[in-house]
Amino acid sequence: MAKKIENVGCPFCGVCCDDLVVTVSDDGKKILEVENACIIGSTVFHRAMEDRHTLPRLRQPDGTYKEISYDEAVDYTAKVLYNAKKPLIYGFGSTNCEGMAAAAKVAEKAGAVLDNCASICHGSSFLAIFDNGYPSCTLGETKNRADVIVYWGANPAHAHPRHMSRYSIFPRGFFTGKGHKGRKIIVIDPRHTDTAQVADIHLQVKQGHDYDLFNAFRTVVRGHDIPDEVAGIKKEQIIEAVEIMKKARFGTIFYGMGLCHSDGRNHNVDIAISLTRDLNDFTKWTIMAMRGHYNITGPGAVWSWQYGFPYCLDLTKRDIAHMNPGETSSVDLAMREEVDAFVNIGTDAAAHFPIEPVKNLRKHPWITIDPHPNMATEISDLHIPVGIVGVEVPGIVYRMDNVPIQYRSVIDPPEGVPSDEELFERIYQRLCELEAEDAAKQPAKAVPEGVRAGE
Amino acid sequence: MTPEYFEACSIIEMHDDDVKALGLVPNQLVKVTSECGSVIVKSVRGRQALYPGLAFIPQGVYANQIVPPRTQATGEPQYSGFPVTVEPAPEGERRKSTLELVQSAVGMWRGDQ
Ligand code: SF4
Repeated sequence: MAKKIENVGCPFCGVCCDDLVVTVSDDGKKILEVENACIIGSTVFHRAMEDRHTLPRLRQPDGTYKEISYDEAVDYTAKVLYNAKKPLIYGFGSTNCEGMAAAAKVAEKAGAVLDNCASICHGSSFLAIFDNGYPSCTLGETKNRADVIVYWGANPAHAHPRHMSRYSIFPRGFFTGKGHKGRKIIVIDPRHTDTAQVADIHLQVKQGHDYDLFNAFRTVVRGHDIPDEVAGIKKEQIIEAVEIMKKARFGTIFYGMGLCHSDGRNHNVDIAISLTRDLNDFTKWTIMAMRGHYNITGPGAVWSWQYGFPYCLDLTKRDIAHMNPGETSSVDLAMREEVDAFVNIGTDAAAHFPIEPVKNLRKHPWITIDPHPNMATEISDLHIPVGIVGVEVPGIVYRMDNVPIQYRSVIDPPEGVPSDEELFERIYQRLCELEAEDAAKQPAKAVPEGVRAGE
Repeated sequence: MTPEYFEACSIIEMHDDDVKALGLVPNQLVKVTSECGSVIVKSVRGRQALYPGLAFIPQGVYANQIVPPRTQATGEPQYSGFPVTVEPAPEGERRKSTLELVQSAVGMWRGDQ
């Protein structure tokens, strides 16, 4: 008899669907069926066991990989971190909060820069939030109350496939019993996306001109006149959209990479937040970043408790953390060739960074911690396989609206393969040993006479 | 690294007017060049229409060969909205595999293994 496991969380996108039902084989080793997930989510489960390694692999002088033990891999990693002047530990979009906290201990001990994928994703949003605040809500509020939804520079039909059906457009909520029929949908995007397909209004803005369009919206909200056309959009269309937004009972603006990756970056987001605040003079409006990976909100939360900063943490001074994304972000550091070792964890920097920073990072030791081979493992010195969070490893993840969700595991990791948390704990122990060995080599420091602790 | 990844990511979508102006036949290979590099991809007709003058390459290994790493001091590269030229791919050019592109860039490519 196969076993059905309910309330399973999906370790892919920031919607963090936690209503999956996964059927596993009798021996608990194989995934047979995945219900309720979108095509991306179910692929994550069905392909989980493909292409797995059960031992770390170390690059040999002839360019090939050779399997080594976990002890050797932990030792190698600890020594790389210990000897580097300014190592960078980057990724974390796809692991649990326990793994992030353990990695932070390692980064602190090693005097490293600690950064996550927000750096190349919604980092712009953090910068805007620091400037301007974050009038947001949870997804349940949108589901139960929102009668106007704006997707600005986001394409959930492709990137967050169940977002519209679980939270924003189609569900019938407490005060939104009519579901889709009772909601107005506005999509703003230079392409006629599949999300625009389901919208009542699609504004095909000129790429890179969102700031102008936000300015026009704010001007109309405040009752002033605007030019006949702004950012490729006709005045009448802008006025129509603003009227709908002002008449909303409750609205949510969801925004994505259309704002964060274009010219202006954080300023596109801070003016979006300003528009949200303006609209609250008339009715209730909220705004939410369409966070990408299922736990990319996690490192922001975990490291904020630990150090007070969500990303781009420079821990090289050891006793004080520093953060300034233009200076301490992964891509900027790589472009200025300021780091001398790289740990890629829970991400694929080799595929998703522009190729220039990849070339610079590859001049130094590169270690990849990932369940599967990917582009990063194929240019690494060392690949350490780990268990897959949400499939083989349980733990806490943060949804795009900062709601923590307990994920469970449905099968066991391959024999001997640790979780990210266990691996980082072992690296931490090894770093402590290296430190102790070094201290033992130095002559003991004599306490100057007449000076005692506490005096 | 699968064939699906290769087909999904090594493409470019453009407006019909631009495709016509470039004299391309459907599924022709093109060379896309930005301020920091070039890449060979296949010109396909996307379902999600864009306006003339705009082009789209899905995020991945191919796009990142030409994404400018400039961050406007925010940490975020210019993933959207940078100028490129598109031209028919020169005779004999092919789409490279993901592994060949990335490993060649960092001097680790050892030919088809
Ligand atoms: S919408 Fe996202 S979280 Fe939900 S099943 Fe699809 S990929 Fe998974």
